[in-house]
Amino acid sequence: MSSHAWIMLGLFMAVLLLTVKPLGTYIAEVMEGRFKPCGSIERTLYRLCGIREDEEMGWLKYAFAILLFNVLGVLAVYALQRLQAWLPLNPQAMANVSPDSAFNTAISFVSNTNWQGYGGESTMSYLTQMLALAVQNFLSAATGIVVVIALIRGFARHAAATVGNAWVDLTRVTLFVLLPIAIVYAVFLTSQGVIQNFAAYKEVTTLEVTHYATPRLDPAGQPMKNDKGAALTEPAESTTQTLAMGPVASQEAIKMLGTNGGGFMNANSAHPYENPTPLSNFIQMLSIFVIPAALCFTFGRMVGDTRQGWAVLAAMTIMFVVMAAAAMYFEQQANPLLTQLGVDPVSGNMEGKETRFGIAESGLFAAISTAASCGAVNALHDSFTPLGGMVPLVLMQLGEVVFGGVGSGLYGMLVFAIMAVFISGLMIGRTPEYLGKKIETYEMKMTSIAILVTPLLVLVGTAIAVMVGDGRAGIANPGAHGFSEILYAFTSAANNNGSAFAGLSANTTFYNILLGIAMWFGRFGVIIPVLAIAGSLAAKKRLAVTEGTLPTHGPLFVTLLIGVVLLVGLLNYVPALALGPVIEHLMLIAAR
Amino acid sequence: MKTLLRPALSLFALLTVVTGVIYPLAITGIARVAFPEAANGSLIVRDGKVVGSRLIGQNFTGSGYFWGRPSATSTMPYNASASGGSNLGPLNPALSDMVKGRIDTLKAADPGNAKPIPADLVSASASGLDPHISPAAAEYQIERVARARQLDPGTVKALVAQYTEDRQWSIFGDPRVIVLELNLALDATSRQ
Repeated sequence: MSSHAWIMLGLFMAVLLLTVKPLGTYIAEVMEGRFKPCGSIERTLYRLCGIREDEEMGWLKYAFAILLFNVLGVLAVYALQRLQAWLPLNPQAMANVSPDSAFNTAISFVSNTNWQGYGGESTMSYLTQMLALAVQNFLSAATGIVVVIALIRGFARHAAATVGNAWVDLTRVTLFVLLPIAIVYAVFLTSQGVIQNFAAYKEVTTLEVTHYATPRLDPAGQPMKNDKGAALTEPAESTTQTLAMGPVASQEAIKMLGTNGGGFMNANSAHPYENPTPLSNFIQMLSIFVIPAALCFTFGRMVGDTRQGWAVLAAMTIMFVVMAAAAMYFEQQANPLLTQLGVDPVSGNMEGKETRFGIAESGLFAAISTAASCGAVNALHDSFTPLGGMVPLVLMQLGEVVFGGVGSGLYGMLVFAIMAVFISGLMIGRTPEYLGKKIETYEMKMTSIAILVTPLLVLVGTAIAVMVGDGRAGIANPGAHGFSEILYAFTSAANNNGSAFAGLSANTTFYNILLGIAMWFGRFGVIIPVLAIAGSLAAKKRLAVTEGTLPTHGPLFVTLLIGVVLLVGLLNYVPALALGPVIEHLMLIAAR
Repeated sequence: MKTLLRPALSLFALLTVVTGVIYPLAITGIARVAFPEAANGSLIVRDGKVVGSRLIGQNFTGSGYFWGRPSATSTMPYNASASGGSNLGPLNPALSDMVKGRIDTLKAADPGNAKPIPADLVSASASGLDPHISPAAAEYQIERVARARQLDPGTVKALVAQYTEDRQWSIFGDPRVIVLELNLALDATSRQ
């Protein structure tokens, strides 16, 4: 790993850790209603919506409210895509999106996954981008955060029947946490060159004439093939370049801040109009982690012991640093097959990477984006070295708890923490407790569901896709890598990440439906048990700390927590990983 | 359930208006005032004609121009309305074939060049629109460009240096050469 890579990793962690306490405190104050930046606006809004600010909800009602709110989101995103051809702000005359693709995208953006089977600049109208997709970037992020706030209240309250008011929580997170940061951030992005306009795509005259081959079409407009089945092409030339435009900066800001990751453009954060400079890239990386990291502090503060939050953050940080270093190291390795052709190995694996980011900041971005369930990319994971590409895969398979999505990362990690105290409780023969709450059968049942639902979706989904022709038809790269593409798709969908080994042709009815199902249940199949745990914990009395209580803020517990996360992750996925990236790596060694 | 329906519908509608209409319009307004050039795509105008964007690369194949990164966009290279990369895995034979073809093209245009071939000059970028190449990739092409334009290599080298950006704030990113602006400067020099 180059010294530049170490400096970037160090600088990134240093700046990130500086933001944890101020932002974490702010979120806690806002969510607890102690700090109301715009009290009168808030009250007016509640009155308009028929919301009673002081009304508290039990976990079931809270869960219903969240579900209902998200179902409305699915309907709105679906409808806007299906109607966009007839709606305004569509200068490129984009057609209505197909039903299966619209279904997939609606679930994808509502579930904070932002898996994209489509190419943004060639599919979506400006109206769909801002009113459907960017809105869900806010609201799905808000959903994740309010769920973890409810879970934290479960720990913080005792002998209580309620976990908060879903409407009030959603409003506060959206308007007072996400929106103000997004505004400043979006303006910063335009200063770096991210575009923000509603103009039609701009046609410019290029310096050189571009010669290229275009598919030859028969009179019916279908591509023609020769007798061997290969596509026929004919020469063509172009003297212009058409630059995609749009309100990108406003969407880009919340795309990163809310760990959404769905690009305005197909190339996502590799596109110079989405991520023009190395500085914008650094801030984008930071903005992925800033809320997930701060929420750890919010957690500690709300349960009345900030050490608890730092301990969880420490476990996340240790796992992240190791994985990020691995990604940067493996991408610095040149592809030996290309070295044999005479390519200079010194600059590493540059296929699918942008010059301005280089190896270090592409590898680091990939690790951050998949540790958090963001899924934005500034380099193509499909073209990573086998082990470099395994890093994002593994980070997602750990359940998106290494920082993870906004809110979802922390509630996922707290579920693992419950598992950790349970296992250690078994080892020392005491009833497990966490933060003074006894962990009993009900919590463990819900914990098991929350932990097992995603691996189940990933492995069953992958198995189905490799068994049926529709699934195998999408594969772009031959051999073990093709299997990795499918495994990556289901891993990404069920864990609500959204990045891809993008060679896979996933915009088909088969993948749109199957991945849509994986995203929905990967999201709400976890949220509902988590809220159930919140309700159950809130009802319990708090136990006093005694000699026999396992401290959950020291190095021992951090180690235990990391151990549990790795153990569950590895046990679930090692066989699948062996069939994909591991074999591919061995083949690369053999080719050397 | 019924008590949840009204807050759900009205809150959803209100937050949609705030985050989906007011927010992007406000950002557009601010950007138009504060950074109008950037907000509209950092366009480059030559002789009254828009010839490209500072941020978006173009396809170059002539020996008198510096070539940028190979672009895998469909159906033509550097298609700025359909960004994307090759997505080829490291072991895919198609990748080796393509790189071999690019090396052959480079060698054919500059047979005497014995420098090691910079990786970025023969591997496709992620966006297919990468406006930059590495300093090594520019260095590799200086002799060829100078010969084709009958310019002194020193002149070309000076231009390359002028269009080379160091790490931003001396720390972020990798050093890089802006291909389109360098080629525009070459054209301007040749015209003099």
